[in-house]
Amino acid sequence: MYARFLTATALALLGTASLAAAATPPDTLVVADKIDDIVSLDPAESFEFSGNDALNNVYDTLIALDPKNDFALVPGLAESWAVSEDGKTYTFKMREGVVSHAGNPMDATDAAWSLQRAVKLDKTPSFILTQFGFTPDNVDGMIKATDARTLQITTDKAYAPSFFYNILTAVVASIVDQEEATAHEADGDFGYEWLKTHSAGSGAFTLRAWKPNDSIILEAPDHPYWRGDVAMKRVFVRHVPELATQRLLLERGDVDVARRLTPNDIEAVRNNPDLKVQDEQRGRIFYVAMNEKVEELAKPKVIEAIKYLIDYEGIAGTIKKYQATPHQTFLPVGFLGAIDDRPYSLDVEKAKGLLKEAGYPDGFEVEFLVRNDPDRLEIAQSIQNTLGQGGIKANIKSGTGKEILGDFRARTHQLILESWGPDYPDPQTNADTFARNPDNSDAANATGLLAWRTAYPAETTTPMVNAAVLEKDTGKRARMYEEMQRIHQKEAPFAELFQEVETTGVQKGVDGFTVGGAVASAFYWPTTKAAE
Amino acid sequence: MGLGAWLTTDTPRSRFQARMGQTYNGWRDLVRNPLAMLGLAIIVALVLMAALAPWVATHDPIVQTLKDRLLPPGAGGHPLGTDELGRDIYSRIVYGARITLYIVGIVAVTAPVFGLVVGTAAGYFGGWVDTVLMRLTDIFLAFPRLILALAFVAALGAGVGNAILAIALTAWPPYARVARAETLTVRNADYIAAARLQGAGATRIILGHVMPMCLSSVIVRVTLDMAGIILTAAGLGFLGLGAQPPLPEWGTMISAGRKFLLDHWWVATMPGLAIFVVSLGFNLLGDGLRDALDPRSAPR
Amino acid sequence: MRAAAEEKARTGEAPPAEALHRGGPGGGFVLPAVRGVAAGRVIGFAKGLGGTAVSLAVTFLGLLLITFVIGRVIPIDPVLAIIGERATAAQYDAARASLGLDRPLYVQFGLYVWDVLRGDFGTSLLTARPVAEDVARVFPATLELATVATLIGVALGVPAGVVAAVHQGRWQDQTIRFLGLLGYSMPVFWLGLIGLLVFYGKLGWIGGPGRLDTSYEFVYDLDVPARTGAILLDSALAGAWDIFRNALSHIVLPASVLGYYSLAYISRMTRSFMLEQLSQDYVTTARVKGVPERRVVWVHALGNVLVPLITVVALSYAYLLEGSVLTETVFAWPGLGLYITNALFSADMAAVLGGTVVVGLVFIGLNLLSDLLYRLVDPRAR
Repeated sequence: MYARFLTATALALLGTASLAAAATPPDTLVVADKIDDIVSLDPAESFEFSGNDALNNVYDTLIALDPKNDFALVPGLAESWAVSEDGKTYTFKMREGVVSHAGNPMDATDAAWSLQRAVKLDKTPSFILTQFGFTPDNVDGMIKATDARTLQITTDKAYAPSFFYNILTAVVASIVDQEEATAHEADGDFGYEWLKTHSAGSGAFTLRAWKPNDSIILEAPDHPYWRGDVAMKRVFVRHVPELATQRLLLERGDVDVARRLTPNDIEAVRNNPDLKVQDEQRGRIFYVAMNEKVEELAKPKVIEAIKYLIDYEGIAGTIKKYQATPHQTFLPVGFLGAIDDRPYSLDVEKAKGLLKEAGYPDGFEVEFLVRNDPDRLEIAQSIQNTLGQGGIKANIKSGTGKEILGDFRARTHQLILESWGPDYPDPQTNADTFARNPDNSDAANATGLLAWRTAYPAETTTPMVNAAVLEKDTGKRARMYEEMQRIHQKEAPFAELFQEVETTGVQKGVDGFTVGGAVASAFYWPTTKAAE
Repeated sequence: MGLGAWLTTDTPRSRFQARMGQTYNGWRDLVRNPLAMLGLAIIVALVLMAALAPWVATHDPIVQTLKDRLLPPGAGGHPLGTDELGRDIYSRIVYGARITLYIVGIVAVTAPVFGLVVGTAAGYFGGWVDTVLMRLTDIFLAFPRLILALAFVAALGAGVGNAILAIALTAWPPYARVARAETLTVRNADYIAAARLQGAGATRIILGHVMPMCLSSVIVRVTLDMAGIILTAAGLGFLGLGAQPPLPEWGTMISAGRKFLLDHWWVATMPGLAIFVVSLGFNLLGDGLRDALDPRSAPR
Repeated sequence: MRAAAEEKARTGEAPPAEALHRGGPGGGFVLPAVRGVAAGRVIGFAKGLGGTAVSLAVTFLGLLLITFVIGRVIPIDPVLAIIGERATAAQYDAARASLGLDRPLYVQFGLYVWDVLRGDFGTSLLTARPVAEDVARVFPATLELATVATLIGVALGVPAGVVAAVHQGRWQDQTIRFLGLLGYSMPVFWLGLIGLLVFYGKLGWIGGPGRLDTSYEFVYDLDVPARTGAILLDSALAGAWDIFRNALSHIVLPASVLGYYSLAYISRMTRSFMLEQLSQDYVTTARVKGVPERRVVWVHALGNVLVPLITVVALSYAYLLEGSVLTETVFAWPGLGLYITNALFSADMAAVLGGTVVVGLVFIGLNLLSDLLYRLVDPRAR
């Protein structure tokens, strides 16, 4: 009885063996990624990498970045625009004939409503828009549709136009189909509860399903995309947290794109004739931040010493091989005004001298916070090792991202290993947080500013940051950022380690896919797949 | 009368002698069980390895050499290869034995003691004390153990100390149940009544007369639970909630090594083998002990 | 629950009977011969139910209280989980108030218990959906995994236990015992990783992480009516055999890894029950009467241990639900274990509490089931 049952089971198992090698459907792009960061897919709230990757393909913005031309600014839903003499009023001419996924025409009223909505909802990314002086109370007057094809936006000061245009490419400035969203409104929430898990856009795809920590499915609408035909009918983003298995999935043909490969995986993928590796410099910067509220870490010599106790080359060459370019300033390469000065390298003797001058010949003990992620733990252990050579005993305390962030925002950390990704493609995004701190008191509670979190007073750079956003001459503006970075690099309690390179493993026949370079999110819609 | 005869006599003069005799017989059974002896050997080896770590290890477990990272077993004088930061895996496993023993040791001392106190008190006093204590035990038993430990560590913060605390907090209820059952069988025994008549207080009776009677079954349980404790601790380490870097905790080592699994299998495999061998050792010994104390289930 | 609770699902090795007879030193506890249920037993049994219900209610309330306390003292700030890095202090306060976290703890607990009683576990921060809905979505995946694992455990464990009992003390017995102990000693997450590396990565015999190949996942999501949420069942009901085969190729390894533990437990318990039965008079009588040995063992004796075996299987099932936490992490299996772990790491307390309470309920339920079964068959347990 049992013997027969066992035989049957064994046969059934053997039968599955032949199934293992499968190719993905030709009109479907299958991506392996980690998508556990998504909190909401409402463009007014989404602020995480994976969510923005999806929304970048679901919604359109007034001004867009061109994935095929180095992410230059190109017309989006607005076909042209102009700024007034006094530099405060912008006028956008809307593109004709664009319809949303639901079939509604997308015009200036949708655009005005969407931007007002983002300001009024006041979710985390709203600061990107409100830095132009919009508030929930005044925004109806400052952003308005004068007719179906004309949108007028008034800012409180005459900002650098390039700054404003760059902002409009951000996900928070996505244009939502007003009619569709209002149809799902509840308690005057502008459709917020519904849009967390649904979409009402005009982009290349609609959001078909989001299964948290599992998958996102995007699907092309019935009508053609206004930019032209999209080869992919579906995009399937699959959450694969176990890093080693992403490469397995890619090698077995179960996915077209694997976005989280380890350095070892990259070598294997490079050597595989069926696969290729795509390198893109991203905007994310890894840094070690010191808290100046800690007595030892407030001393300039100690800050300098720590910057000499990190093996920048070693980390970028081994642990983050292929995935990092050494970089020691707060603006990532690819941004206006970015410089690539690298004055620091591992120099234990020099650091010991500095520590001695600072009054710590025998070093001191410090707590070192790090996210519980294999890569970061390796980096942290390497830094712990070199700090130890200089006499600083760093005790690693690992925790989940939110746990670490809680300490960081409350200024209760000592040393912390963190990373920062730009929020929009303009230098202000990083300058504002790294180099501006208008009020260093605890009461200010400026938790969004890295300078405040590290209690770095930023006395010289704060006015410079404020001035730079008003500078209309782009060349001059760039030089202002260059100067800021040099001051910051010398005195600020930040040791920038490297700028991230995203290495993506891709099937040979897949072209046009990009993760978005230094400034943007992923683009799925330009992707094509060669026939088998 | 020689010691051997004293132990094996058919007519013990005291309860103590009877117990010792029982224990001695159990020990003789145990020695005849090759698997149990293998288990004992593994555990002795583990203890020796931990105690003599500085002499047994070939390298410093903490010192990094980035250029020697991920060397395969045997290369460059590293018998089990090196990890992602160029540290000698063999030496890390040797030192990791200390952490494992530390965790197991502390849990083995705390959880059963707490369980014993709760169980004997419940069994001895009966009534509402019993109801309250056993209800509490039931509540803890109603939790999936690993999830409860996970939740505790998440609440307390990652680290060896908190992992121990979390495991101990989830490990005591079974001991309380065993102890209570044992207590119920001896509660009304004549010698307890005699002690009570002589004016001994409840505390003294429980400590002096009840608890010793529960010890043997609790000890067997502890040995059998050891493997579970090791696996839970390793699981917590694997999820990043155990020992903090650079401590060479085995579960944490597997977790760090898993992303290299495809090309550098040894980084995750070696500490996994260590966990496996040690928990097998405890299981073999515990199994043998149970047979020795409970001959009915033994193969003969 | 008390009498049978000695067995403790999670420590695994001590089943109802064994624990009881170990409870009394030298106690001559004999396993019940299960032959029908007398009417008198049923009445006493019903009386016990009232007390059981009260104690269950208390246990359940305690479960809620402990999860709630853990949820509130956790150092991860749930507010940060939704607002992210750049939020201002004012946005933070607004989010905190909207979660109800600014009220006194006892009010929060009261509201929580009230909501749970109405079946409302709150809204998950991570998924922005009702926790009850989330749990209903992910639980079938865990149940499917645990069920297949238990099937493997029973299909291999019961015969192994019988063989061990029949050959007590000989090499068959020793081998089975040793293999079982190997099962107890294996770190499942490690075994899973190695298995995945070998059978999926190197040999390509089985499906990878997740429940289906991506291409089948579409078909399943779009074309197969999700009647149960268990892919094997749904696809079989819909006659989608290619999906069924693919799902099977994915579940084989995680279920085997999990099933190994339950195999060890079940075979050990079967052996001990069978030894008890084989020493009974009726076995000797049957043998004397000339009943073939195979029939004596596999029909008479095995038939009599079925009920205690069911309690053992129920308990091992409860253990598997828990053991799936690490297995699901390794195999990216979108079930309840993974859900709770993820929620825990993000301070998504509503989800942690909801998930834990559901697992706790299943635990209580399975314990209750085995307890009731036990009372039915063993008069002394009452």
